[in-house]
Amino acid sequence: MPKFVFLWTDLVLWLLVAAAIGYGVHARRTPSLRVTWRHVARSAPAMAAAVVLAVFIVVALLDSVHFRPRLGGAGDGGVAYATRTLSLLDVGLSHARQAQEKTYSQPLAYWSFQKETAMVDGREVRAHPRLRHGGAHLADPATQWHADLVLRSLAGAGGGLLGAVALVMVLARLRRGEGSTGATLRQMLAGNTDLPWRTVICTAGFMLILAGWIGALWPVYHVFGTDRTGNDVLYQALKSIRTAVVIGALSSVATLPLAVALGVLAGYFKGWVDDLIQYLYTVLSSIPPILLVAAFVLLINVYLDQHADSFPTGVERAEFRLFLLCVILGITGWATLCRLLRAETLKLAELEYVQAARAFGVSHWRIMGRHILPNVMHLVLIVTVLDFSGLVLYEAVLSYVGVGVDPNSYSFGSMINLARSEMSREPAVWWNLAAAFGFMLALVLAANLFADAVREAFDPRARALRPRGRPGAAHQAAR
Amino acid sequence: MLNYIVRRVAYAVLILLGVNLLTFTLFFAVNSPDNIARLNIGAKRVSQDAIDKWKAERGYDKPLWFNARAEGRGKLTQTLFHDRSLRLFTLQFGASDSGRDIRHEIATRLPASLALAGPMLLLTVYAGIAFALLLVFFRASYLDFWGTVLCVLLMSISSLFYIIMAQWLFGKTLRLVPLSGYVPGLDLLKFLVLPLVVGIVYQLGAEARLFRAMLLEEAGKDYVRTARAKGLAEPAVLFGHVLRNAWLPILTHVGALLPYAFLGSIVFESFFGIPGLGTYVVEAIAAQDFAVVHTMVFLGSLLYILAYLATDIAYTWVDPRVRLQ
Repeated sequence: MPKFVFLWTDLVLWLLVAAAIGYGVHARRTPSLRVTWRHVARSAPAMAAAVVLAVFIVVALLDSVHFRPRLGGAGDGGVAYATRTLSLLDVGLSHARQAQEKTYSQPLAYWSFQKETAMVDGREVRAHPRLRHGGAHLADPATQWHADLVLRSLAGAGGGLLGAVALVMVLARLRRGEGSTGATLRQMLAGNTDLPWRTVICTAGFMLILAGWIGALWPVYHVFGTDRTGNDVLYQALKSIRTAVVIGALSSVATLPLAVALGVLAGYFKGWVDDLIQYLYTVLSSIPPILLVAAFVLLINVYLDQHADSFPTGVERAEFRLFLLCVILGITGWATLCRLLRAETLKLAELEYVQAARAFGVSHWRIMGRHILPNVMHLVLIVTVLDFSGLVLYEAVLSYVGVGVDPNSYSFGSMINLARSEMSREPAVWWNLAAAFGFMLALVLAANLFADAVREAFDPRARALRPRGRPGAAHQAAR
Repeated sequence: MLNYIVRRVAYAVLILLGVNLLTFTLFFAVNSPDNIARLNIGAKRVSQDAIDKWKAERGYDKPLWFNARAEGRGKLTQTLFHDRSLRLFTLQFGASDSGRDIRHEIATRLPASLALAGPMLLLTVYAGIAFALLLVFFRASYLDFWGTVLCVLLMSISSLFYIIMAQWLFGKTLRLVPLSGYVPGLDLLKFLVLPLVVGIVYQLGAEARLFRAMLLEEAGKDYVRTARAKGLAEPAVLFGHVLRNAWLPILTHVGALLPYAFLGSIVFESFFGIPGLGTYVVEAIAAQDFAVVHTMVFLGSLLYILAYLATDIAYTWVDPRVRLQ
């Protein structure tokens, strides 16, 4: 039995998952929420984005179960644990984690990026040496490499396609309702369904084929090459997903307690409470955000410096830092939402049903909790979802300035930072940047598209802004 | 009007005081000067003598809030809070932890910062409005749809990618412009072209989408329908009516952009080697120079507050209906 390590970030992330499931159940039971979410589900871009986001979140969650494996052969009856903290994802990808090369190598290559001097037939020859792991199974790479790549790609993509077909079958069977499976299938593929199943199928199929392709090649090649110290780049990119998701999710949730409490209080009580809270958030928002974060992070540095002994492993230290960073982004970033909630509460507090509640003698706290809070939750949801993608991008900037995540932990920010000097090499080492770019773009774009749909569904003003007769929206309008 | 400005300035001073109190507490009270000294000296085991010497050299050896040993007004003025915070109001920034005069540094770096941040802000807003107008003019067409898609795509890419790719493509591969650097004078243009273009492209997505939403909101109002019903041509409606009325929200947004211009220039300055305030901040953070970061926070919020004040006054000029009281 390995020794499980409960990191702060893991705990909060899993709590968030639980909260999201709880919200899902609640939304299912509440008719108004169900209708609004159905509006989100009808949007094809949002559903495609949701599929991509789900994949990212699953990777992040797999990477959020940490433990220290048990070491065999502790002779004196005591149990010894490894000093490295691993996650489920690490175990699943142990081949990539352990397949370390000497230095850079190109994607899918079997040769090293840098030439080395080797002795061939008694003469010194400068050549690209073969990699230790990438393409090591090939006896004669020069002739076999191309064929091997093509065969493996075809097999992998074919496997992915098969998986996609199976998924579609299962889906059609589940959704058939009154009709036959075949008819449902035809409806789905023709795009004649209420929910955009065709988009979901296409996105999921694309992801499956991609996964199959990577799955076929990764055991024997470095799909995205290796970095300066010879580590697999794809592995780093997958590990970075968790950091991005943690920053995006935790930080946007961390703003909520202050923003909601203060915003509602200010809007409800008005007077000096309002003045004080307005003063607070004006002070906070008049400090350039990056400097405020930097100020807090310098504080953490001092704290971590003094408490270096209280973290058994490097991962725990890095994760604690990440957790604090999210909290900091939370305490420094609540002003916008607070301002919105204050304005909305000001409006709501004047409405008749609140006046009636007051006339009935309902206490202030109960009015705020029962009558005002539920009616501003849509704003909270919209802002939280919109913040997510911005925070993922922000992390890269913060890491660049030197106030981001721990330099030793995986993140898109640190990958991009290294890429800066790599692009100026000759020839350029582009795959680190490309991997970070691809994964980050997919994550942020998906988050943005999803957030847009959520805003459109929950914010009546945004719905009015949608141009009527947008191309491709014809069947929506006909609904 | 004057009355309003005086009141706003008084409030601004109050806000600055709050900023000062907050950052002072963060930097020097939570984090005792001993810790700062230890962090800066850097060695594992530092003797108390070395810490005291470091503090004395930089004037950190005074009490934080209240000096019981001093006489009269000195009880309040011979404190760290007075030296490090209140003096900022008179623009006496003192010396950095590495012993250089902060005011001199800022004065020499300010022109470079302004040369980048000023044109960047103007051009970004200009490009954003122009693109948004194009989308609104052709609204509900394929151009509008794909333009909006492009905006979402553009805003989903990290600024660092734009910079790295532009430097690689235009600086290194095509050799059109220098990679980075700064010279005063007319040659400066050569060094500023790339950061400006990158800055515009990077912000175009978010800006244009926002402006498009603002313009569309105006375009849905009754007076616009009236203007069309009168038989006005679409350009006349768009420029003469919609745009003129959308200036107010646009202006609010530009005011809110100003502090972010500061943030944007931090990244752009340090990537493109422009020795401005942004680079100064990055260096100070890397060197853990609390005095400089503290001063820059003060300066940043001062600029922000001034920008807000300017925005409010500009309202009256853009929309004569707005009365400030």
